[in-house]
Amino acid sequence: MAGLELLSDQGYRLDGRKATELRKVQARMGVFAQADGSAYIEQGNTKALAVVYGPHEVRGSRSKTLHDRAVINCQYSMATFSTAERKKRPHGDRKSTEMSLHLKQTFEAAVLTNLYPRSQIDIYVKILQSDGGNYSACVNAATLAVIDAGIPMRDYVCACTAGFVDDTPLADLCHAEESGGGTSLALALLPRGGHIALLQMDARLHQDHLETLMEAAMTACKGVGKVLDQVVRQHLQEVSALTGE
Amino acid sequence: MRDTPLSNCERDFILKAIEEKKRLDGRQTYDYRNIKISFGTDFGCCFVDMGKTRVMAQVSCELITPKENRPNDGIMFFNIELSPMASPAFESGRQSELMVKLNRQLERCLRNSKCIDTESLCVVSGEKVWQIRVDVHLLNHDGNLMDAVSIAAITALSHFRRPDVGIQGEDVTVYSTEERDPIPLSIYHMPISVSFAFFQQGTYLLVDPCDREERVMDGLLMIAMNKHREICSIQSSGGIMLLKDQVLRCSKIASVKVSEITELISKALENDKKIRKAGGRCGFAESMPQDRITALKTHESPVEMTDVEEKAKEIVLRAELPHPTVPSPVLPGPGTGLVGEGLHSSWGLEEEEEDEGEGEEEEQHRAEKTSRVDVVLISDSDSEEEEVVILNQKAETKKAAISNQQMAADSKSKRQKKKL
Repeated sequence: MAGLELLSDQGYRLDGRKATELRKVQARMGVFAQADGSAYIEQGNTKALAVVYGPHEVRGSRSKTLHDRAVINCQYSMATFSTAERKKRPHGDRKSTEMSLHLKQTFEAAVLTNLYPRSQIDIYVKILQSDGGNYSACVNAATLAVIDAGIPMRDYVCACTAGFVDDTPLADLCHAEESGGGTSLALALLPRGGHIALLQMDARLHQDHLETLMEAAMTACKGVGKVLDQVVRQHLQEVSALTGE
Repeated sequence: MRDTPLSNCERDFILKAIEEKKRLDGRQTYDYRNIKISFGTDFGCCFVDMGKTRVMAQVSCELITPKENRPNDGIMFFNIELSPMASPAFESGRQSELMVKLNRQLERCLRNSKCIDTESLCVVSGEKVWQIRVDVHLLNHDGNLMDAVSIAAITALSHFRRPDVGIQGEDVTVYSTEERDPIPLSIYHMPISVSFAFFQQGTYLLVDPCDREERVMDGLLMIAMNKHREICSIQSSGGIMLLKDQVLRCSKIASVKVSEITELISKALENDKKIRKAGGRCGFAESMPQDRITALKTHESPVEMTDVEEKAKEIVLRAELPHPTVPSPVLPGPGTGLVGEGLHSSWGLEEEEEDEGEGEEEEQHRAEKTSRVDVVLISDSDSEEEEVVILNQKAETKKAAISNQQMAADSKSKRQKKKL
């Protein structure tokens, strides 16, 4: 974008962060009493809400039942007020369906589905404010919600975006940086083993830079993972204090 | 209509073959199937054959008003049609997951990588721009749709010529093909996607999976690159866990494959250009083989013959011995039939057992004994057996035969010290 430097000479980005700095992450678990698990996360200005129902019996068509594992059903939607211009179609368009598919794929890899055969786990995610890193915020919120619901997972699923400007990788892109036309890589990582659950990259990047970019994204994900871990432990302390243990 | 599920033994066979680095059609792990590119009569129509997977792409253009936030850019629109013609598992009309996935991948591969100069599609800023529409139809599904679709789309775009436009003040005139030569689109680079299929939790990977291999795979990694070694898009799907070095290795393999395929495409485009210039006939009908029988024809597939003899010997040694049959054939009388070659038919015996109403154990035991003794019986009492076998004769002879057999059986059972 003309006139807007994504990385200034002193190494500062548009919002004043350094190249490898993440945005401030604030999260809360157990926001809804009715759902089995719920979580709310704010990554900078991106706000996402995730709700988990399950495991329960397969609703709708019985033919989707798998005899040896649980079916994970994800739905991604954006609130109409989430973007700068009012969104006409919150869900049902191609991008939302693609996001839902990606979420489903990510969580099918992470959740121990073979402990719940013939059942279904629903994950609903809604973006309340979109400022870049929609997919990452969804994945992080959904991880916390699944933990809140008590469903066992292999590891935390942490997601983060990374970009590449002037041979420097940038961690955790905001909306202006994403739509600036530069490279953006979204990565969902299970930090302990370094396994990548989902990898998605758009726009041109020379092959030689791929390794640096992936390294930066993985480091960013591990950072997010630490924050999520803290949130979970704190929530657990609060809950156990309330129940008087 | 739902696709027929893959049987367990087929699945195990394919997985085992992959572990031994063998594929069903004899390819190596990093080999593509035969890619054949042909063009239609109009500019912008292209057919791609990748083995048995067949895909057709058609590019068309239209003048429309541009988007408000981008008044100087033309619009690219991609659409992939999955019709039941390609595979009975596809349902027409319904937006299935696969369709969304393919559409989004193609959009990201071609649109986000900015392979086409959209500013050159602008005619009157803010009022009229060209909308380039790429329609891809799947004609046959034999695995690896994404690669075939990306090759078809980019080849069709390279082949396409849009009509020339003349601007005089406010008036815009679109010249037809006869008035002025149509202009090709300005394409910066050609992104080609390469698909990797992962098996056994990422231990084995294959390039260009066919339909069977796709059904057995754990997940797919799609890397779109151009020949300048720039990665245009990466997408992992299917819920596999990847490691960083796996992705890097795949990108290296992809760069080699992409340069090969790009060469193929440029050669095909060159050929077509030559033919059209020379005035020869071109088009889909021309590319079909004439006067050749192609129905029920299969291509030669390489079969690995190393250590076949040893394997065959092993199998023969481990196989069970065949059931010993009677050396001498039994001659039935005229108008008779035998059930089971060389073995004594025990129909008459079983009936007689039921009539007597004996205990089960004894029946079973007797049946066993008679079946074992059967072989001996035949040589002993030929005449009896012949009578039993005759079907057309009256019941009297049958009864006589039964009573004969009963006597024989009784005598045998007495020998076995059984109660009667």
